[in-house]
Amino acid sequence: MASVSEKIAATREAFGPTLIRLVQQGLDIAVVDADLGVSTTAAAFGKEFPGRFFSVGVAEQNMIGVAAGLAGAGKTVFASSFAVFVPYRCYDQIRISLAYPKANVKLVASHGGLVTGEDGFSAQALEDLTMMCSLPNFSVIFPADVVESARAIEMAAHTPGPFYIRTFRPKIPVIYSDDFRFELGKAHQLRDGRDATIIAVGEMVYIALQAAEKLAAEGVQCRVLNMSSLKPLDERAITAAANETGAIVTAEDHQIRIGLGSMVAQVTAGSHPVPMEFVGVHDRFGESGKWEELLEHFGLTSNAIADAVRKAISRK
Amino acid sequence: MTSTSELSLEALEDVAKRIRRDIVTMIAAANSGHPGGSLSAVEIFVVLYFRIARHDPNKPDWPDRDRVILSKGHATPIIYATLAEAGYFPIDELLTFRQLGTRLQGHITTGTPHGVENTAGSLAQGLPYSIGQALAARMDGRDYRVYCVLGDGELNEGSIWEAAMSASHYRLDNLTAIVDRNHIQNDGFGDETLIPQNQRDEHTGAWVRADGHTANIMSLEPLADKWRAFGWHVEEVDGHDLVALIDALEQAKSVKGQPTVIIAHTTKGKGVSFMENNPVFHARAPSPEQLEQALREIG
Ligand SMILES: Cc1ncc(C[n+]2csc(CCOP(=O)(O)OP(=O)(O)O)c2C)c(N)n1
Repeated sequence: MASVSEKIAATREAFGPTLIRLVQQGLDIAVVDADLGVSTTAAAFGKEFPGRFFSVGVAEQNMIGVAAGLAGAGKTVFASSFAVFVPYRCYDQIRISLAYPKANVKLVASHGGLVTGEDGFSAQALEDLTMMCSLPNFSVIFPADVVESARAIEMAAHTPGPFYIRTFRPKIPVIYSDDFRFELGKAHQLRDGRDATIIAVGEMVYIALQAAEKLAAEGVQCRVLNMSSLKPLDERAITAAANETGAIVTAEDHQIRIGLGSMVAQVTAGSHPVPMEFVGVHDRFGESGKWEELLEHFGLTSNAIADAVRKAISRK
Repeated sequence: MTSTSELSLEALEDVAKRIRRDIVTMIAAANSGHPGGSLSAVEIFVVLYFRIARHDPNKPDWPDRDRVILSKGHATPIIYATLAEAGYFPIDELLTFRQLGTRLQGHITTGTPHGVENTAGSLAQGLPYSIGQALAARMDGRDYRVYCVLGDGELNEGSIWEAAMSASHYRLDNLTAIVDRNHIQNDGFGDETLIPQNQRDEHTGAWVRADGHTANIMSLEPLADKWRAFGWHVEEVDGHDLVALIDALEQAKSVKGQPTVIIAHTTKGKGVSFMENNPVFHARAPSPEQLEQALREIG
């Protein structure tokens, strides 16, 4: 289950098809879209169930309000756009109309992170996870592959309350087999080792696995945790990793100062401080380029993770 | 040079042709970008930069320059190709569009390269920015004018109508907005007006995409009435007719006490048959073969 397969897919591809299955299984779902349904794959749902699909145009603030209203009338609502527009353009609406009243609205935000690519900084969400983790009542998930993405969407549909799920644009190797079960609030261990732990989210999980393989060839054995459930966060798994491996490296396509790395550090600081290193974006905006080049340019690579692991271990 | 140097109509048409060629060429080279909404705005940009606006490529920071604000910031090929053609930077640089390290980012950023006024890419922020610039002109006693190019899809956003309200509140007659009314946004047609007969749902009239998805994204009509209700002077023109655009923009200069909006009726993808009125080419690069055909058609 932990080995990277030949199949490649983007996590965003799970969205429309999963919702179609859920309606076929009897869920009373409504989908609201803000003129990005082709890219988010919400349009695939709209084609299948036009009566459950509402286009509000390029109007993210209105989309959140409409979604809240539908949820208030008993629907399980999915609203989607790119991660730079939801939550950024409509954060106030999300806070007031979704978070506080615990509205049954699931925000599925595609095109997260640097890997959005050529559109450049304005399209590369690097702060969305913090924004969403900051809001009480929200659950926040950043799946590592298309299978986990589908399972997380299913789980959210069956769990009352507001969710934020970030997906990404490029196709990357699929990690999980179809029988994978997603558990909210649980880190998923993909590999074990005694020397250090790599904690990663999103597409950085598969890159972390590559790093762990490189390190294993040098005799350095790493535990690898997929921390897709950012909120609730699996504090026990983090503390156990600190305890049992003595060094932690986090990896995320997001600002490190306010993202996964800082959340993990907050946990270890309170339970079991160990040397940590942080792989991610260091207080900069993104820029245009091909997604692979951007990961290289910003130092979000398996080599960068491996270096960070060596450094953390040297500080033990 | 201030671009009031009068190019003949023929010369302007040649510039438009070269800009169209540059647009498709740079997008093909990047294998990414937005041809549809760039090609629909070519005449608007040609008229602004080569006839109407006061500007000087050698003095991009000139305080008295007219400001051209591109609110629909994804349409970078049109502004980059126009600036290059106007002499702001070498035309060859267009081939670096969207590559790692380029000055020609996917969406516009202020001052990079010189001549780009605003930062955008998230829609509907250019009109509020234009109001700030127009208010500043008044504060400083300067007579520059502000031209804001808007997409019609981006008019879905509330911030546009908040801005529309304030522009007339402040009687900003130094502000002219130009709506590139091409009827197509990201995912398809905004409303029913321009949907080809064979792509319509027979009952609802809505657009049926090749994959069978039926949707109109958001209707805007009656659009001119909306702007009028918000206190604007409205002109409607054929947005590919250079003379009509020039007349409307000249006319706007003499309107006093209120802002003017020019609704420029355009065709998305104008000039390239397989892109025209085709939502697929909102954000898709032509293949090498398609590029050849596009260049042939543009001439
Ligand atoms: C706030 C925001 N929401 C969504 C998008 C994604 N998006 C990019 S272009 C576009 C459609 C724009 O349509 P229009 O303004 O008509 O532009 P044109 O057709 O002239 O290219 C959308 C929805 C965006 N850039 N900004």
